[in-house]
Amino acid sequence: MQDVKKKLMSAVDQMPAFPKSVHQVLKLAGDINCSQKELVEVIKKDPVFTLKILRLVNSAYFGLAREVTSINHASVYLGLNTLKNVALGLAAVGAIPKSNVAGLDMGAFWLHSLAVATGTRMLGSMLGVSRDEAADYFAAGLLHDIGKVVFALYMPNEFAQVGEKIAEQGTSLKQAELDVIGATHADIGSMLAEKWNLPGDLHDAIARHHTPDKGKPSQLVDCVFVADQISKKLAFGSAGDYMVEELPKSIEERFSLDLDGLIKEMPTLDEEVEHARIFIKLGEAS
Amino acid sequence: MRFRFRGTRGSLSAPGPDTIKYGGNTTCIEVRSDNDDLIILDAGTGIRELGLELAKNMPVKCHLFVSHTHWDHIQGVPFFVPMFVSGNELIIYGPPDPLTMTGIEAVLAKQMEYPHFPVRVSELLADISYKTLNDGQVVDLGFATVSTILMNHPAMDFGCKVECDGKTLFFTGDHEPFYNIYEPGEEDYEEYEKIVRERNQGILEFIRGVDIFIADSQYTEEEYVLKQGWGHSTFERTLALAKEAGVAKVYLTHHETTRTDEQVDAIYARLQEEWKDSGVNFEMAREGEVIEI
Repeated sequence: MQDVKKKLMSAVDQMPAFPKSVHQVLKLAGDINCSQKELVEVIKKDPVFTLKILRLVNSAYFGLAREVTSINHASVYLGLNTLKNVALGLAAVGAIPKSNVAGLDMGAFWLHSLAVATGTRMLGSMLGVSRDEAADYFAAGLLHDIGKVVFALYMPNEFAQVGEKIAEQGTSLKQAELDVIGATHADIGSMLAEKWNLPGDLHDAIARHHTPDKGKPSQLVDCVFVADQISKKLAFGSAGDYMVEELPKSIEERFSLDLDGLIKEMPTLDEEVEHARIFIKLGEAS
Repeated sequence: MRFRFRGTRGSLSAPGPDTIKYGGNTTCIEVRSDNDDLIILDAGTGIRELGLELAKNMPVKCHLFVSHTHWDHIQGVPFFVPMFVSGNELIIYGPPDPLTMTGIEAVLAKQMEYPHFPVRVSELLADISYKTLNDGQVVDLGFATVSTILMNHPAMDFGCKVECDGKTLFFTGDHEPFYNIYEPGEEDYEEYEKIVRERNQGILEFIRGVDIFIADSQYTEEEYVLKQGWGHSTFERTLALAKEAGVAKVYLTHHETTRTDEQVDAIYARLQEEWKDSGVNFEMAREGEVIEI
């Protein structure tokens, strides 16, 4: 047991740091009174963010007559609104690696994560969360499976075995992870969330997205759980796990709907996921 | 060259007894060469009536330049009759959507999608083509050239300079003069100020000496205090720019949605008094007015 823990910790420690600026941009972007100066200051402090924005702004899509060389420059050229929307797109995707990693098809993983992010946000809005909170719901959905990235990056052999076990023996993902690694992707995601010092709600959503009925009831965790099942049922990408789990009674009661009923309530999911996909392209500007 | 204001209202159409003189339709300007070649600047609700007139003499060919794709500048597109009739040719120019990384065609198609409009773009019968604009581009139409410059608005927004029959006309689209987000003394103030100056200067040079300057002047200075960052200029700032650029004639437009004719008249009277010795020749844009340059 001690061994497993050590191994997991070592994997978590190898993950890059979570940029604080991403939190701040998500927060600012949800605020209609966000000041241009605040946003510019946050972006400037993060060199990776700065670089991505400059690459994007200087890309053919903007077709500017001259090269934009600083965030101040970009701010004057684009103004608050465009800058805010560009930053928002980049912020959410900044946290997940883009390149393919062993055992995880990043394209499919991305699409699954985006679909859960979009679904979580829509479900949150359905339950009346504010625009400000909706951005956090999106982030929770986007990061819920981040533990799988840790497995794939730093425990690739074990993660590949998990995949084989699911494919050959029809074992559930959770069971396969416990058998091979001794911990689930939610467990290691939780450790990573701690290292990243993510807000409590976000940490909770990552740790409990397969076990929403264990522990203190949480609206955010429930939304992530439902969005995850919807994304699997409608086959939005894949994160290596195809089993659609049943909604616990408490969740059905929260929404007064079952899974199919909830899917019917979200007719624009497809379109919104498609829109969110653009963020993948933005993220690739690095 | 001559032009006619088809719509002068800002943000949202505002029909009613209080807006009869200056008009309630949103932005649209019909520009004609001496040979009657047609350029349309923006497709606010004012384009509808132009479409009806054009429909009497089809087939028509027109070049539509969309400064930016906020509703009040595109809302008339689906109601522009020549689009529905085969044999007509429509070339639409406009900014890209850098967020979805799509061109002007995608933006306009969106407003005709099923939940918004009963006819889809693919069902339109006219010969329609799209050209996504860049900053600093010069489009040669044969009878005229139209050059673009990126303005300051919460969207990609191109000001357009039309040169035709030896005359020049510049239209800002929507525009707020660039301003510094830092206070004097703050670390980045100087650098930011330099870029702001450069951008304002760039626009000044671009419009220097034009014959006609049609400019967004939605607010008074007092109103602007609460509307900084909304992407619109003031009467005073527009006139100051016109003076510096030495333009021959200014038309103040994009009238604030809630502004009555009486209020526009009152502002005009005040400005005339305040600017009487400035040498700036200006008028309030009035829907329906035809101006021969």
